[in-house]
Amino acid sequence: MHGPSTYEPKYAASRWLDKRLPIIRMGADFMAFPSPRNLNYWYAFGAILTMCLIVQILSGVILAMHYVPTVDGAFDSVQRIKRDVPYGWLIQSMHATGASMFFLAVYIHMFRGLFYGSYKAPRELVWILGCVIYLIMMATGFLGYTLPWGQMSFWGATVITGFFGAIPVVGESLQQWLLGGYSVGNPTLQRFFSLHYLLPFVIAAIVGLHVWAIHHVGQNNPIGITEKSKKDTLSFHPYYTMKDGFAVAVFLLIFAFFMFYLPDALGHADNYQRANPLVTPPHIVPEWYYLPFYAILRAVPDKLAGILLMVGAIGILFVLPWLDTSKVRSMRFRPVARVFFIIFVIMCFILGWCGARAPDDIAIKIGEKMVDGESVAYGMKFVTLSRIATIYYFAYFFPILPLLGFVEKTKELPESITKAIHEGTA
Amino acid sequence: MSDTHTQENTHEDGHSEDPSRRDFIYIATGAAAAVGAGSVAWPLVSQMGAAADTRAAGSIEIDISKVAEGQQIKALWRGKPVFVRHRTAAEIAAAEADDAADLIDPQADADRFVPTPEGNINPAILVMVGVCTHFGCIPVGEAGDFNGWYCPCHGSHYDTSGRIRKGPAPKNLEIPTYSYVSDSVIKVG
Amino acid sequence: MANRLTKTLIGAALIGLSGLSLGTVAMAAGGGKSDHKMEHQDWGFNGMFGTYDRLAVQRGYQVYREVCAACHALEHLSFRHLGEKGGPYYNPKTPNPNDNVEVKALANDWLIPDIDGETGDPIERPGIPADKFPDIYPNEPAARASNGGALPPDLSVITKARTGGADYIYDLLVSYKDMPHEYKMKDGVEYEMPIGMNYNPAFEGSEIAMAAPLVDDIIEYASITVSDGHGGTETIEAPAATVEQLSRDVTEFLAWAGDPKMEVRKKIGFSVFLFLFIFSALMFATYKNIWRDVEH
Repeated sequence: MHGPSTYEPKYAASRWLDKRLPIIRMGADFMAFPSPRNLNYWYAFGAILTMCLIVQILSGVILAMHYVPTVDGAFDSVQRIKRDVPYGWLIQSMHATGASMFFLAVYIHMFRGLFYGSYKAPRELVWILGCVIYLIMMATGFLGYTLPWGQMSFWGATVITGFFGAIPVVGESLQQWLLGGYSVGNPTLQRFFSLHYLLPFVIAAIVGLHVWAIHHVGQNNPIGITEKSKKDTLSFHPYYTMKDGFAVAVFLLIFAFFMFYLPDALGHADNYQRANPLVTPPHIVPEWYYLPFYAILRAVPDKLAGILLMVGAIGILFVLPWLDTSKVRSMRFRPVARVFFIIFVIMCFILGWCGARAPDDIAIKIGEKMVDGESVAYGMKFVTLSRIATIYYFAYFFPILPLLGFVEKTKELPESITKAIHEGTA
Repeated sequence: MSDTHTQENTHEDGHSEDPSRRDFIYIATGAAAAVGAGSVAWPLVSQMGAAADTRAAGSIEIDISKVAEGQQIKALWRGKPVFVRHRTAAEIAAAEADDAADLIDPQADADRFVPTPEGNINPAILVMVGVCTHFGCIPVGEAGDFNGWYCPCHGSHYDTSGRIRKGPAPKNLEIPTYSYVSDSVIKVG
Repeated sequence: MANRLTKTLIGAALIGLSGLSLGTVAMAAGGGKSDHKMEHQDWGFNGMFGTYDRLAVQRGYQVYREVCAACHALEHLSFRHLGEKGGPYYNPKTPNPNDNVEVKALANDWLIPDIDGETGDPIERPGIPADKFPDIYPNEPAARASNGGALPPDLSVITKARTGGADYIYDLLVSYKDMPHEYKMKDGVEYEMPIGMNYNPAFEGSEIAMAAPLVDDIIEYASITVSDGHGGTETIEAPAATVEQLSRDVTEFLAWAGDPKMEVRKKIGFSVFLFLFIFSALMFATYKNIWRDVEH
């Protein structure tokens, strides 16, 4: 991994084991990993995300012991879990809330990476593996949302699988192949359940690669300067295990608040209605963590173009390491890029807002006018707002970031992490 | 690979093999392995398609005499709703007049029907798959800018013939395979 | 018999289908926006420490049994739930609800379809606490046929399945009134509501197939005798059965039915919170202690 191993087995038994399977050595080196000494709380989200993944896998495996993956049994079995299974209500609430918490943490983790330039060389693969994890997380979340077989589950699945139907020539056959029939039905539910159980373990494997890669190249830090000497680093344990531990505990407070006091706040009332293939709910909205992409999808009045744009919004993250041309990693030293970054974050929130509302509703009211004797508000519609935000979303990655690298006058970088700490700028 | 190559060329018993023949054996082995892997993968992939019982879910018969003028019924066919609408004279007239309009997916109103047992067209009974061609929601009847159908999900407007007129949907509402069993009964599927 | 059943079913299905389209027509016709505004109620179960009012849930059960249960099922509930911890008839002396005298009596009041163990014939027998609440209709077409094409929704999770929750259910129940003049006379012609529809501005589209289910004194509430804790007894007078009171009570019952674990959830949640606060403080102290000599 990073630097020579410092582990020395103390006992005969551990020496014996170390010669045959150096697993303790691996763990010890992992814990002694030299980390930059100036990491702030934004760097604790890796640990928080690990906790989220464990919570989801654990609660999910338990729920699968009680859940019935058939169109006739799914909705009832979820109610049975909440009413009759001992502590079923707690585990179900943990899993449902946990999904939202997982995405909340992953978004903060990603914005952190964007701000401190953690995607730049030599960490391109760390970033790309992270994007792969995020993509599989989205798939897993979608598959899982289908399982309770409520109205939103069913119609969400119908709309999302409809994306594949938009692919020219093979689309319709592909969609039928995915659904296992002509429409979302029992075969669909059963395969979604199977895949929903599988994918978290794929995520866990890629998380392994993600962590391996970061241990190989070393962690980035808030000033973005590579550590120059041992003075710049601290052992991961106990320094960061304890700091991360504190952050995890605080995050759990938020988690617990939603889990115990607002278990339905992040869901939708329609999903307490059994799936009905004959009635579409008046407003189909995805879970909050997909809303920005849903807004991008609806920003274009063309089916295929909308899907391509939405896929592109995630796809562009994969090439980001080669789009940002600046030599400076951290935006602390990039006064102009920082402003564009803040606008980017705001635009992501605006996209989320647009995704939650009907496209033709008025987002920004300008005034009222009389139409047929009734006063009607007029102003900027959500669809227009989402177009502006979509354009900015893409513009941020291209051409803003590539151009800024050439024209921006960056602040002077400190010599080293230790020096920056002395000067109080780390 | 190159290591084994040199070793084999200086084989102890001295007789050297033709290198191109050995390459052929490697390529053939590799190709056979690929064919084998592909053959195993095929059933694993194709099992996800519609199963025999799903495909056999077959056809339904609908009694259209029960649908009063200006009304619509929904029947479930292959997990999707089928709309049977008894159109009013005004709706038929509007649909036929729009044949000449600028259509997204051009189709004459008359082409959206199958012949009755007498061999003519009954423009009053419109049979369609009630699934929006955008992302598969169910459009609401007698709504939208063209008084036909309106899809609440992403705002597609269909006219009284079920043709897409405005919004993100690319195609007209689909006409299922159906036929007249008698004057008052149709068979869908 | 079988032939008659088939005919009934086909008839029911057709009425159902036509009712469905009728519903769409009604929605389009009555699409006028009403200025109705839902009021937030001060429920005892709101907030971080909220609990259900057990007597109100008991009265609400009575309203459900005598009024709602004519059309609406409670498919996810069993009678035993009434006597489980957090339920309206929970008795600490009989923690197993199957032994709960009150729950036994309530279950006994229902007829449950069953199969005669000897002859195999379908029969009906009185309920026991372990039974589920029975279906009101054998299937959806039958339900629609009995209700002019409308489908009475299941009430097990109704407070969760509607935006606004308990506030909405209460609002819906108390908002029935005559069609106002401006609604009737919109577009200049006198508007006739479709047969079987009722005016209720709380409902989307203002026209609902359910007739006003509650009227004053439709139910006779009994006063309740409870032990006063000193060996004697105390009588709690029942409130007057006004529409508002009946609506409040049945909504309280439905809120409990939709979320029977709410009380234990909030209780455990509070302990979890307390623990996490202390744990965070300890974690913080440890972190600071370990980092005390590190410049960062």
